[in-house]
Amino acid sequence: MESNWTSPWLFLVYSVVKPIFGTLILVFMYLIILGGVQDQTLFSFMFIGNAFYMFVAQTMFGVAYVVQEDRERFKTLKQVYIAPISYFMYIVGRAISKLAITALAVVITLIFGVAFLNVGVDLGATDWLLFGVGLFVGLLCVVVIGVALAGITFLTARHSSGINEGIAGLFYLFCGVVYPMTVLPSWGQTIGMAIPFTYWLEMMRRALAPGTDFSAISGLGGYSNLEITALLLATTVVFLIISVAIFRYADHLARKKGKLDMNSTY
Amino acid sequence: MSDAIEVKSVTRVFGGNGKGPAKALDDVSLSVKEGELFGLLGPNGAGKTTLIKILATLLLPSSGQVKVLGYDVEKEVDKIRPRINMVSGGDVGGYGLLTVRENLWMFSQFYGIPTKEANERIDHLLKLFALDDKSNAKVRTISTGQKQKMNVIRGFVTEPDVIYLDEPTLGLDVNASFAIRTYLRKWVKEQKGKTMLLTTHYMVEADELCDRVAIIDKGKILACDTPINLKRMLRRSSTFDVETTIFPEIESMGRLAGVEGFQVKQLGDKVVTRYVVEQESVIADVISAIQSKGGKLTSLSKTEPTLEDVFIHLVGRGLE
Ligand SMILES: Nc1ncnc2c1ncn2[C@@H]1O[C@H](COP(=O)(O)OP(=O)(O)OP(=O)(O)O)[C@@H](O)[C@H]1O
Ligand SMILES: [Mg+2]
Repeated sequence: MESNWTSPWLFLVYSVVKPIFGTLILVFMYLIILGGVQDQTLFSFMFIGNAFYMFVAQTMFGVAYVVQEDRERFKTLKQVYIAPISYFMYIVGRAISKLAITALAVVITLIFGVAFLNVGVDLGATDWLLFGVGLFVGLLCVVVIGVALAGITFLTARHSSGINEGIAGLFYLFCGVVYPMTVLPSWGQTIGMAIPFTYWLEMMRRALAPGTDFSAISGLGGYSNLEITALLLATTVVFLIISVAIFRYADHLARKKGKLDMNSTY
Repeated sequence: MSDAIEVKSVTRVFGGNGKGPAKALDDVSLSVKEGELFGLLGPNGAGKTTLIKILATLLLPSSGQVKVLGYDVEKEVDKIRPRINMVSGGDVGGYGLLTVRENLWMFSQFYGIPTKEANERIDHLLKLFALDDKSNAKVRTISTGQKQKMNVIRGFVTEPDVIYLDEPTLGLDVNASFAIRTYLRKWVKEQKGKTMLLTTHYMVEADELCDRVAIIDKGKILACDTPINLKRMLRRSSTFDVETTIFPEIESMGRLAGVEGFQVKQLGDKVVTRYVVEQESVIADVISAIQSKGGKLTSLSKTEPTLEDVFIHLVGRGLE
């Protein structure tokens, strides 16, 4: 994946361009299959959800990848691990740098959508408070889940990217990223309602595209902005507690089983 | 003086692989005093690295108690980590995209050392280990030995109170090894309260450097004393180098009655065998056994015991 990048510039371009292409390919498939934008509301729903989901995918893979890369490519994992800086905070730091790079990709994607595909983002009418709070809490959630995955990566050498993809895939499936949650069976919707990203994406859509009414399709139309914010906060707290617990347990287990400097090549 | 390292009845078992669990450490107890340069000497797989990993908070013991600087390695890592560091000889770790200097600086930041101070220490150590011409080279472009030197510097930049060095001179050239050995000795002796635990395969290194040495094999400590006292253990035994032609079943010679230690080195068409024997008279039996197997004696000499002989005596075989 991100191996062998010799120039930081190349790395930056790659980190930005790759997710943008990933997102746009999906958009174009949508357009080709449906022969154009049939329903502008649904299209904006999908486009914005997809753009923000880049944060989830990129950061969660990226953070777990840090552990693998530190352990096997740079061989610095044990050196960092025994340093007084907590490994938790080290991962948070690396995750934030991933977020910053991904933010560039998200912005470029949104600009593209507004300029060429008539996505209903209206910066003049944007609810910046809703946007700011939602973005902050949502990204916090992305980071802590990433840390938990990093902890799991301590324990697994080869299969960890499979686990990460699985988890990111679950979020993709249940959180109303590219299609409204309402197409899911009711148990699927229940799962979706327990995951913070569902509310996060809804908040991003409401804040950025106040002129588009998603209430009919999103399945969350019954909640006010304040209620959505409260739901995001509540689910984030739960995820935060679970993630910290997973990290701590994985950390302990890794020391117990001697996994901190293993190498998947043997 | 208080103990910097306290290890009490530590056993470490690694997962079974079907063959039953392997004990990398088997009921090990030892203590290292503050200000001491302590050596761990043992053949491959003896458990040296395992012990160092436990002391460095990387690995938990399966049972037993370990304290570093008075703190428990399981429960009080936050108290221990700011004051320790570790360097392994095989270690060529480093962020390839950063320069040598940036790498060292970054690690100093993980220890919260102010940049100015960190840079001064880095400059000093880079010069000392003759790595200053590579300070601005990317880590991925420097040689393995240079990476290792960088890692030795990484260990000392944080000025730990306890440092663990796992074969720090492994694979380094003569000059670099010498520079490092000199530095290690000075580091412990010229500062108060600095403790060092060193593992090595080089007997001479252990003999020259260490205040005390523990000889470890198969997870057990066989002896632990000053190099002088260890050598004194062999006072009653004698050590002979016997040079012969090659003859069959050389290995069986080690099982002769009265032979306590045995090490064979082949040199061209000759074999030099070192015998540690209970008493001098045993060597006569050795020589007649050689002749009965068809070997020809070409030279025989008595030698002073070295730390290596102690090792051969205790472990029953040499390091190589
Ligand atoms: N992660 C691990 N999983 C399983 N077994 C292990 C692990 N680490 C070490 N061992 C086993 O524990 C024993 C001791 O290994 P250790 O690395 O401590 O030896 P050592 O004394 O450092 O040897 P060397 O001189 O070769 O470095 C060996 O038998 C080794 O196979
Ligand atoms: Mg070792």
